[in-house]
Amino acid sequence: MADPKHDKPTPHKDEVSGVDTTGHEWDGIRELDNPLPRWWLYVFYGCIVFAIGYWILMPAWPGLHGYSKGLLHRSDRGELSIALHDLSAKRGAAGQALVKASLEQIEADPKLQAYALSAGASIFGDNCATCHGTGGTGGKGYPNLRDDVWLWGGDLNAIEHTIRVGIRSGHPDARQSQMPSFGRDQLLTGEQVNDLTEYVTALSRRKADPAAVNRAAPVFQAQCAVCHGVEGKGNQAVGAPNLTDQDWLYGGDRNSIHTQIWNGKAGVMPSWEKRFDTATIKALTVYVHANASGR
Amino acid sequence: MWKHHQKLERHSLLLVIGILVVVAIGGLVEISPLFYLESTIEKVDGIRPYTPLELEGRDVYIREGCYVCHSQMIRPLRDEVERYGHYSLAAESMYDHPFQWGSKRTGPDLARVGGKYSDGWQVDHLTNPRAVVPESVMPPYAFLAKKDLDYRDIADKLRAQRTVGVPYTDAMITNAVTDLETQADPFAPGGTALKKRYGPKVNQRDFDGQPDKISDMDALIAYLQMLGTTVDFTTYKADAGENLR
Repeated sequence: MADPKHDKPTPHKDEVSGVDTTGHEWDGIRELDNPLPRWWLYVFYGCIVFAIGYWILMPAWPGLHGYSKGLLHRSDRGELSIALHDLSAKRGAAGQALVKASLEQIEADPKLQAYALSAGASIFGDNCATCHGTGGTGGKGYPNLRDDVWLWGGDLNAIEHTIRVGIRSGHPDARQSQMPSFGRDQLLTGEQVNDLTEYVTALSRRKADPAAVNRAAPVFQAQCAVCHGVEGKGNQAVGAPNLTDQDWLYGGDRNSIHTQIWNGKAGVMPSWEKRFDTATIKALTVYVHANASGR
Repeated sequence: MWKHHQKLERHSLLLVIGILVVVAIGGLVEISPLFYLESTIEKVDGIRPYTPLELEGRDVYIREGCYVCHSQMIRPLRDEVERYGHYSLAAESMYDHPFQWGSKRTGPDLARVGGKYSDGWQVDHLTNPRAVVPESVMPPYAFLAKKDLDYRDIADKLRAQRTVGVPYTDAMITNAVTDLETQADPFAPGGTALKKRYGPKVNQRDFDGQPDKISDMDALIAYLQMLGTTVDFTTYKADAGENLR
């Protein structure tokens, strides 16, 4: 509460510093009345002037139906579209040419190809390497993209199509195929699955129980040959892998083969059509194609 | 004029009231317009409330503290848009209570992670992140696949969301449990009804690859796979005056 005794300040000069005090006294304590430092005061006034200028130039004040847009009409989203426009200008002719040129033309033109490869590398690292591995060497369940083994075809157009629509991705044109779960869904008996495991092991020229292989031969022709082919060499039209080579997506040991026949696991690759523009998909295609030695 | 200020300074109650008024102005000017300005949330097609399974997944996301390392906010900056896709819209978190924008990115932004990877990859990655991304520092969440999702109170959760403004209909609340079970089972008969309630883009799959159970991982992956996928950007005019801000 205010004390009436102190309401009227009495002029007083501090003896030690020679500075005026505020004139108040609380139990013998007085307060020096030094002025604020000049530099500080001017910076403070400067800030106020700056703030007023900012309000006028930039979006600042909310109103009833919107907000003050500012004389500069600046917007972060607007700045972004300018920045993106600048970016495509910076990428220049090469970026534009990617859109127009066919995949074969890009590969044939050393300049365009170099551009596509370096663009493709960064896109791959950011989006594809999470599954296919850094550099594209793949892993269990994720195909190796550095070799010549392809599930759905390894030429330029096949790669581009796979990137666009994906595999079992839910895209209407997605690459579709589904290996049945022969064991789990009881399409075959346990013994038949065991025999087939031996048969598939034998297909890739490894030692297997000949009696089981003989028993499984008709089963393979009836159940598996439709997709994997009579000789088990696979069919890229339906994404059926070649079973006669040493390349296994889900592992090539007996256990893995048995599990795969039993459960019929099938991987999913997302469709990238909506995420990437045409130039990006083309650059990526050329990159993947070149990495797999271009065949 | 400066003399009058002494009255404020010497009267503690007046001073408190004065301080409250000054601080309140800051809040009123900055916060209250967001409630009445119609231009705050962009008008877009496709935004829908979370399905019951996604809402449970969102709760798992919050429970496990995913937001501590992952943001869900693509800022309108060139490098972010180049990497993650279209910048996040206010409309995309209009049904988020609370929102998951986050402010720290030890891991990447997740605002548009939906559909970027396969369900199988999400399972592999959550089970052991370093199995698929060798340089990752994310902890493993393998236990999510073992834990049965507890969704006994899902209808109440929907009701609570409705209280704070999410437009869940009575039918959505009544069918919450069925819808949840349907979404995690690709062969469930309720799929058509689920998509009628929540839109045709709803993913109905066995997300965690364990057909015999609905796990926490089912819910989390269902949530992750819809993130950033609902807005129809073909009808959104990003450069229209009302959308520039």
